[in-house]
Amino acid sequence: MDLLTFLQQLINGISLGSMYALIAIGYTMVYGVLRLINFAHADIMMVGAFASFFAMDSFGISFALSVFFAILISVIVGVLTDKIAYKPLRNSPRISLLITAIGVSFFLENIVNVTFGGTPKSFDIPEYFDKIIHMGSAVLTPIVIIVPIVTVLLLCVLLFILFKTKYGVAIRALAFDIKTVSLMGVDSNRIIMIVFIIGSSLAAISGIFWAISYPILTPYMGVMIGLKAFAAAVLGGIGSVTGAVLGGFILGFTEVIFVAFFPEFGGYKDAIAFIFLILVLLFKPTGIMGINFEKSRF
Amino acid sequence: MTINKNFIIYTLLSISFLMISPYIFEDYGMRILNNIFIFIILAASYNLINGVTGQFSLEPNGFVAIGAYVTAICLLSEDLKWDLYQLEDPAPWVLALNTSLVPALLLSGVIAAFVAVCLAAPVFRVRGDYLAIVTLGFGFIIKVIAINQPEITNGSIGLNEIPSLINIYWTGGLAILTVIIMLNIVHSKYGRAMKAVRDDEDAASAIGINTFKIKTLAFGTSAFFEGIGGGLLAILLTTISPDLFTFFLTFQLLIIIVLGGLGSMTGAIIGTILVIGGSEWLRFLDGPMNIFGFQTDAHPGLRMVVFSVILILVMLFAREGIMGKKELSDIFKFKGKKK
Repeated sequence: MDLLTFLQQLINGISLGSMYALIAIGYTMVYGVLRLINFAHADIMMVGAFASFFAMDSFGISFALSVFFAILISVIVGVLTDKIAYKPLRNSPRISLLITAIGVSFFLENIVNVTFGGTPKSFDIPEYFDKIIHMGSAVLTPIVIIVPIVTVLLLCVLLFILFKTKYGVAIRALAFDIKTVSLMGVDSNRIIMIVFIIGSSLAAISGIFWAISYPILTPYMGVMIGLKAFAAAVLGGIGSVTGAVLGGFILGFTEVIFVAFFPEFGGYKDAIAFIFLILVLLFKPTGIMGINFEKSRF
Repeated sequence: MTINKNFIIYTLLSISFLMISPYIFEDYGMRILNNIFIFIILAASYNLINGVTGQFSLEPNGFVAIGAYVTAICLLSEDLKWDLYQLEDPAPWVLALNTSLVPALLLSGVIAAFVAVCLAAPVFRVRGDYLAIVTLGFGFIIKVIAINQPEITNGSIGLNEIPSLINIYWTGGLAILTVIIMLNIVHSKYGRAMKAVRDDEDAASAIGINTFKIKTLAFGTSAFFEGIGGGLLAILLTTISPDLFTFFLTFQLLIIIVLGGLGSMTGAIIGTILVIGGSEWLRFLDGPMNIFGFQTDAHPGLRMVVFSVILILVMLFAREGIMGKKELSDIFKFKGKKK
């Protein structure tokens, strides 16, 4: 493998990893605040992808507008799931919350299945993403380059929100100790809503990236992607936003490189996330950026 | 479990129900009943590790898959294997393996338990949610292996034409036996140690319980019965493929035991009847319906929408599950005698 091909794989891997990372951020933030593995999160990504598809297909609006529509719908769905399904269970056993999350996940998958039908939808990729860039022997598509750039920009915005604004302080404080912080006059439900807004919009953006990269949409597309993204979040150290992005990058990169180097084991691609995760947890039980969960978050 | 009057009465009631069931239900009903019995085996054994020992494991799908494949390979004849394996020739030991029903089921259980004991060392290094994600990963890896070892499992095509050697007495009998064994374990010295691990692992360790050993024991036992349940499932369905053993199976079992009440064996049984029977009963939703004179089209998937809404509602309003940690014999006592 020459250097250019390696670089091509590297960029592909980082691009794939960015898409995992955008979802992993949502997992890690919700886990940080609520200690909930939000199984419905990946389905919010799927809702985002379908919303964009629906907006272009039925309303005939442009791609750029459909992105905003997708984010809007995802945020509404994300906030509603919190209000309806998670909020009443704030003080109950965590397992009930988890089962509810699984229930929401089934609900979203199947409501989309019933509404749009079970047949896979093919996503209309806008023309400007369809070009191919040749660099010597390496072949790249624009989306592969755009995805990591957007991800890093969004991460910067997110870190700014978390560390420089009032709401960021509140989010970090809630992650530290939700009960005490609520007693000190912070409206915890409102802050949790903001966490869901952030997570859902990032998931929607990731969903559109997936739709452009792999333009076949199914109601169950979120299941596999979500599990891997969650593995990425744990790999990076759950509760840490930078860790989630790092975990996503590592995961995407490993997957691409593994398939490139061992094509005969390509079928095991989907298992890599977990093999890697298990290995890391054996040596570092809290993940790479893992802070001891009793002490600090983000 | 002390053999008391309640216990005997409940056992006799279940056995007599099993005996008369073929005369009550039709073919379709019997199929659902078979399914319910198999899921009682799976749920009761999953309950041992999740509910009784409190270790949040998410990999029964892996053990069920192992059991199903071992049973299928054992029961298929050599000629049939040559026909079925399309992607690659079957491995020599796969061809040689050919047993009757009982050894096949036992082998399924033993292999599943062996895998569980091997996994215990890495799995129980972590706790809580990390344990959940690690076990989720192992369940997933087992499924991926099933897809990618075509000389053993016939890859994504799966195995079919598995001889249907069982009837309701097999599934029902094994279900009753499993529940009895589980109750015996729960009420034994080891069962109390498991509950101690669930309630406070550090404290249990401090009073001299070897928590790793107890967790491994629970994990292995539960895997053994999940393997047998998987074998029965393979025989009942007569066709298996890796798609059957996704997280959906694990989630289904998790829903069953939480709905019934974590840690309660009766809860596991009631949960199974509600979830498996209920989702079967909701099947009418998928077809065309006549609502107040309006004819609607068929909506495949509507059943699952309604199912998930009911699930969310139950979790919102019955948080401890239906039985909590109680058993049926705690509520309805015959002659009200204390143990």
